Formats: sequence, C-alpha cells, structure tokens
Amino acid sequence: MGASSVPPIAKSITVRAPIERAFKVFTVDPITWWPPAYTIGTSPMKAIVIEPRIGGRWYEIGEDGSECQWGDVLVWNPPHSLALAWRINLDWKFDPSLLTEVAVKFTDIGGGRTEVHLTHSKFENLGDRAAEALRIFDGWSSNLERYATFIEQTSERGT
Amino acid sequence: MANAPGAIAALADPTRRSVFELIAKAPRSVAEITRALPVTQSAVSQHLKVLKGAQLVSSEASGTRNIYRLDPRGIEKMRKWLDGMWDQGLASFAKHAERKDD
Repeated sequence: MGASSVPPIAKSITVRAPIERAFKVFTVDPITWWPPAYTIGTSPMKAIVIEPRIGGRWYEIGEDGSECQWGDVLVWNPPHSLALAWRINLDWKFDPSLLTEVAVKFTDIGGGRTEVHLTHSKFENLGDRAAEALRIFDGWSSNLERYATFIEQTSERGT
Repeated sequence: MANAPGAIAALADPTRRSVFELIAKAPRSVAEITRALPVTQSAVSQHLKVLKGAQLVSSEASGTRNIYRLDPRGIEKMRKWLDGMWDQGLASFAKHAERKDD
C-alpha cells in the first residue's frame, strides 16, 4: 500500500520573541492562534487545552461545553521541546490506540528570536481504509477458524 | 476498530466483499472480475461503484478499460489536511507570539 513511505510534515518558523514566550504562547491557550477551521468537534471551538505534563490530555472544548480529545503529551520539556500524540483517525475521530506524533523544538537563536521547528510524523500508523478493512476481515476469518475448532473439539467431547 | 465504519458497511455484502478481495490480490478490470465471479458484469459495476464511494478502491483508465486497485488516498488526504493546519497554525502562532501587548 506504500503506507510506510508517507513522509512526515516538517515546518520551521522564526519568531521575534524570546524562547520562554514562544513556548508559552504555543502551549497555553493555543486557541489564540489555532486556525478555527481545524476542529473535529461538532460545535465551534471555545478553548484548546494542553495539560502541562507528560500524559496530560490535549483536547478542544466546544462552545456547547463538549470536549473532544485529540491526543496527549508525550514529552514536556519547557521551554525547549514538547511532543504531542495526535490520535485522530481517517474518520476524524479520536482513537486512543492510534499514534501520530507532533514534535516541536524551540531554539534560542539570539536577538530575542526563537526558531520553532515542528514535525508531524508516523502517518503510516493511520493505516489505510482498504488495508484496514482487509485486516479486520482477516481477523474475522481467524476468529471463525478458532470458533470452528472449538466447536469440533467440544462436540467430539460431547459425543 | 471503529476506524472505517463506511468501509465496513460497504463490505457487508458477500459478493461485494469477493469483488474487493479480488482487487486486493491484484489490480483488475471489470471483465476480469466478472470472469472470476458467478455474477453479471453490470452487478460487478454496481459493486465497484459502492466500493469507490467508500474509498476502498479507485480506478484508472488503461487503454479502453478501467483497472481497479485498492485506494491509497485516505492517508494522503489526512496528511494534506494536517499540512494546511500546521502552515496556518504556525503563521498565526508567530504573529501572536510577536505581539507585545500581552
């Protein structure tokens, strides 16, 4: 399927702000800069939360108060780096077993400026609708085989 | 696996699933699929339409016939969406970080 060859997204941007501020703006109230169209909730976004610790949740809160989880914090190393798990599948739904990884590095480049480098990788973990459908049916087939074996064994015992 | 409900529904029909499994083994034309199954070509065409709608297969013209293969678009679509998200997001983030008033 060529899924393993899906290249990561890599972006860099230089901001005229000290590293501490860059990290803070990125992680505290990201709703201030998040493009509003990029939501998976049904109601417009009111807030985005990144809980500031490893294992912390990353989620959006809709205007109706509903929460939609996006992922969680994998690395928390302020103000130098963080990594977030983005666990949204091909149907734009949260799937805790899916891992795609957003890694962000902040580098002080002097003069009160910070370079921010972001990579979003592991897209191969998204699998592929077709590949996944096949996998599910393979799973069903082996379940059926196990079931058949079980039936045969128990009926042998029964007779 | 709640990953592909549309795709799973599309495969609920046993004949359609056979069509899909044939294509999964190797890309083929409608005629080749029809030859391998005890159904009419128009039935196969109907099944292919549903499979295409669920983005499980895609077709490509090869001479006068269409060749059907598994559809790899799902990931690429998501990747493009995320690429746009980070482009817009980082630009807006920089603007916000550079503001002096907060």
